[in-house]
Amino acid sequence: MHENENQAIKQEHTGFPWKQVVGLILSLGLTFLALWVAIGLSLPVNVTLTIIVALAIFQAFIQLFMFMHVTEGTEPVHQIIGILFGIYVAFAVVAGSIWILAHVF
Amino acid sequence: MAESILSLDSKDKKNMPLEYTTEEGDLRIVGFWIFLAAELVLFGTLFASYLVMQSHTAGGPTARDLFKINPVMAETIILLVSSFTCGLGTLELRRHNTKGLIAWLVVTVILGFAFIGLEANEFYSYAVHEGAPISRSAFLSGFFILLGTHGAHVSLGIVWVTSIIIQLAQRGITAVTARKAFMVGLYWHFLDVVWIFIFTAVYLTGLVI
Repeated sequence: MHENENQAIKQEHTGFPWKQVVGLILSLGLTFLALWVAIGLSLPVNVTLTIIVALAIFQAFIQLFMFMHVTEGTEPVHQIIGILFGIYVAFAVVAGSIWILAHVF
Repeated sequence: MAESILSLDSKDKKNMPLEYTTEEGDLRIVGFWIFLAAELVLFGTLFASYLVMQSHTAGGPTARDLFKINPVMAETIILLVSSFTCGLGTLELRRHNTKGLIAWLVVTVILGFAFIGLEANEFYSYAVHEGAPISRSAFLSGFFILLGTHGAHVSLGIVWVTSIIIQLAQRGITAVTARKAFMVGLYWHFLDVVWIFIFTAVYLTGLVI
């Protein structure tokens, strides 16, 4: 585990920033793909929303792993648990509010 | 992986990036991740209220009436590229290249200003020209509060990155400035993550529904 981390750091000292460039290209690609799905295709609304939300979640994970280095640190499990709990509460609030209030209004 | 942080000897720490080499820096970075988790919850509540109120336009302009895709795409691309330049800054930090780090952070700040300028222009045109100020409907209250909170975070990020640039110019890359530069990078990428969801849940959804 530690050996792998050290290799990654050594690689960062030289060469072309592939990780960052791939992250940028994927981000822009997913953004335009989402735009095309929403505007270009005329799928049913529910299908469109499902696809673009899935694309957004995928893109958020690209940021988290390729730019934010979420798995780095002496003991990254602490920050990963913290972020996962934050995602869980945010998801519960958003999905719960929509689920309940869609029936009220 | 089984050994705890307390048993990591100094030899192991030397193989980590500079910002993790002191125990204080290490703990502060974990603490900052916890802060970002709390920010995630804050934005979650704002997204929830926006999405619930989205259809409540009180006879005023709807999302479909207001949103224009070109300025939104410009804002999105600028913010995605600024996240990339900030990531390149972190890479230069790992290479202990102060000039490269400062240069990429300056580019990031400039892109941040461009984003805020476009967003301020968008808000102004909605509120003044389109008859859609914050008080017009529940939809617009939710919209301006969600996007305004994000914009305020980006503005604060600009001030923060600028102050880190000044410190880096004065002190160079040390264990302390490395930790600060890494943390401000995490903050900036986090704001990009929030924008991805604004782009999807506010703008694209508004144009579809």
